[in-house]
Amino acid sequence: MFWRETSIVFRRQLRMALRNPAWVIIGLVQPILYLCLFGPLLEPLAGTLGAENAYTLFVPGLLVQLGLFGALFAGFGLIAEWRAGVIEAERVTPASRTALLLGRILRDVLQLFVQGLVLIGLAFLFGLTGSLPGMALGLVLTVLLGAACAAASNALALTTKSEDVMAPVINSVALPVLLLSGILLPMTIGPQWLQVVSDFMPTKYIVNAIRELFTGDFWTITTMWGVVWTLVLFAAGLWVGTRTFRRENA
Amino acid sequence: MIHARGLARTFEGRGRGKAKEEVKAVAGVDIDVAEGEIVGFLGPNGAGKTTTLRMLTTLLKPTAGSATVAGFDVATQSQQVRRSIGYVSQSGSTSPEARAGEEVMDHGMLYGISQKQAESRGRELFEQLDLEGLWERKPQAMSGGQRRRLDIAMGLVHDPTLVFLDEPTTGLDPQARANLWTHISDLRTRRGATIFLTTHYLDEADALCDRILVIDHGSIVASDTPDALKRQVAGDLVSLVVADASKAAAAAELLGRIADTEVEVTAAQAGTGAQAGAGVSARVRGAGHEVAGLIRGLDAAGIDLDSIEVRRPTLDDVFLDLTGRSLREQGA
Ligand SMILES: Nc1ncnc2c1ncn2[C@@H]1O[C@H](COP(=O)(O)OP(=O)(O)O)[C@@H](O)[C@H]1O
Ligand SMILES: [Mg+2]
Repeated sequence: MFWRETSIVFRRQLRMALRNPAWVIIGLVQPILYLCLFGPLLEPLAGTLGAENAYTLFVPGLLVQLGLFGALFAGFGLIAEWRAGVIEAERVTPASRTALLLGRILRDVLQLFVQGLVLIGLAFLFGLTGSLPGMALGLVLTVLLGAACAAASNALALTTKSEDVMAPVINSVALPVLLLSGILLPMTIGPQWLQVVSDFMPTKYIVNAIRELFTGDFWTITTMWGVVWTLVLFAAGLWVGTRTFRRENA
Repeated sequence: MIHARGLARTFEGRGRGKAKEEVKAVAGVDIDVAEGEIVGFLGPNGAGKTTTLRMLTTLLKPTAGSATVAGFDVATQSQQVRRSIGYVSQSGSTSPEARAGEEVMDHGMLYGISQKQAESRGRELFEQLDLEGLWERKPQAMSGGQRRRLDIAMGLVHDPTLVFLDEPTTGLDPQARANLWTHISDLRTRRGATIFLTTHYLDEADALCDRILVIDHGSIVASDTPDALKRQVAGDLVSLVVADASKAAAAAELLGRIADTEVEVTAAQAGTGAQAGAGVSARVRGAGHEVAGLIRGLDAAGIDLDSIEVRRPTLDDVFLDLTGRSLREQGA
């Protein structure tokens, strides 16, 4: 029952997204642009950053960034749906509230997954080497992180019901997260105080974990923390999201 | 089908200052709707109609009171309530850029019916609601009336026996409204559905409903059939135009004997003859019964009439009488 409802919502979302060419094109062009335009800048720096291969450093960062940004903005679509009355119409059916949320998140997760595959695939052409199972696991962490962000974003959307309120909130969250997670450059090259601040960013541990996974280090403390944080964020995101969908008056 | 007792809902005012004001949207209403009835919930904007409907459809928790809908408690058996009802909200139910048929099918499937069933039921509804050929159309490319009928198809796809309609015809042109009325009353004749609808249009409540609940400021101020409401409150308006203005006083005296309100005498526009006439009017309960005697009396007294008009009271008269305000003046 639950999975059927989730898949009904998911297929509806996916169908509408795929019919919108802008969604598909922008989604695919994003990772390509990053790789082509930013990757070459990093290559000569790889040595100083302590990496054998610039792309094992760079691609995990990009993955997390895609996960964070793509998913954080997912809620905007939900506001439009709410305004059209779709959410209310779905909430009056007996369908599970979690299914209504999960179906939507799955679409964002699928988008992220495909973007991640394109990114990793393309990175091989640029010279990425590393552990394939590690990369797969890194992609899984990315997708879970994206799901958490999408859920949080949907919750925020249903709470604020206004793009004008939501945009500044998301931007003010996303920017420090982006800068302090070592997404583009590892935090270890920064001064002490910046490292201390960044210690409070769960996403930093996730980026670091994915970097280690890419090089094939599965059983390290770093990896473990990344996995733990991903799962914590995932659970928290789903919990907040479902609560919002269930709450009266949403 | 619906039994509500003391159903109430207050909203916390979202004022940005410290002053938290409470909005009493619904102040404790009792509602009883029997199977097969079409009941109208009539009231001006902001009266609390939508809030009441959202409580009855499990979308909103009441702050006080209780309700059973289709035999189930809205607070503790919301799943069963949802399964038994259809709800057409005030604000639409489809994405503008989705395709109409797919929206209806997905909606039906969320109610647990199979894809096949949802499709055949959807197509049948499209046919009944004059939406043929619009299966692939996007709602954004539909007229207001078509979109509203699509909303109704959404609400009916799972064959509910109890249907809630929130302002089904607001914003439509008169022709589209009349057309939708036929579809709504068809719901009962064809499927034996019970219908609870809200409206701020008097003519709509009058044309469509067996019974009307009048709501104002969150409280129900009257509940009866449209005819009984009109009968009990206002009385029919009897307007005479007396050909000879000098006989107006005598006519007023005769009308006064059967009238339930003060008789008003006004200078009428010039009658058919050379001399100016006068208008004499008053409200009379059951005028159809009394007017024959009045005419005989006027005749015997030698008073010639230019015209006589008996106007049944409208629901606007009822509303004016109940609340001291006219529903018409408030606009949509
Ligand atoms: N979610 C809400 N938050 C705060 N106030 C609300 C909310 N919904 C409705 N109200 C207030 O409750 C009152 C009744 O609204 P509503 O039920 O929509 O009236 P109607 O449907 O009869 O036009 C209005 O004063 C409205 O402003
Ligand atoms: Mg309303």
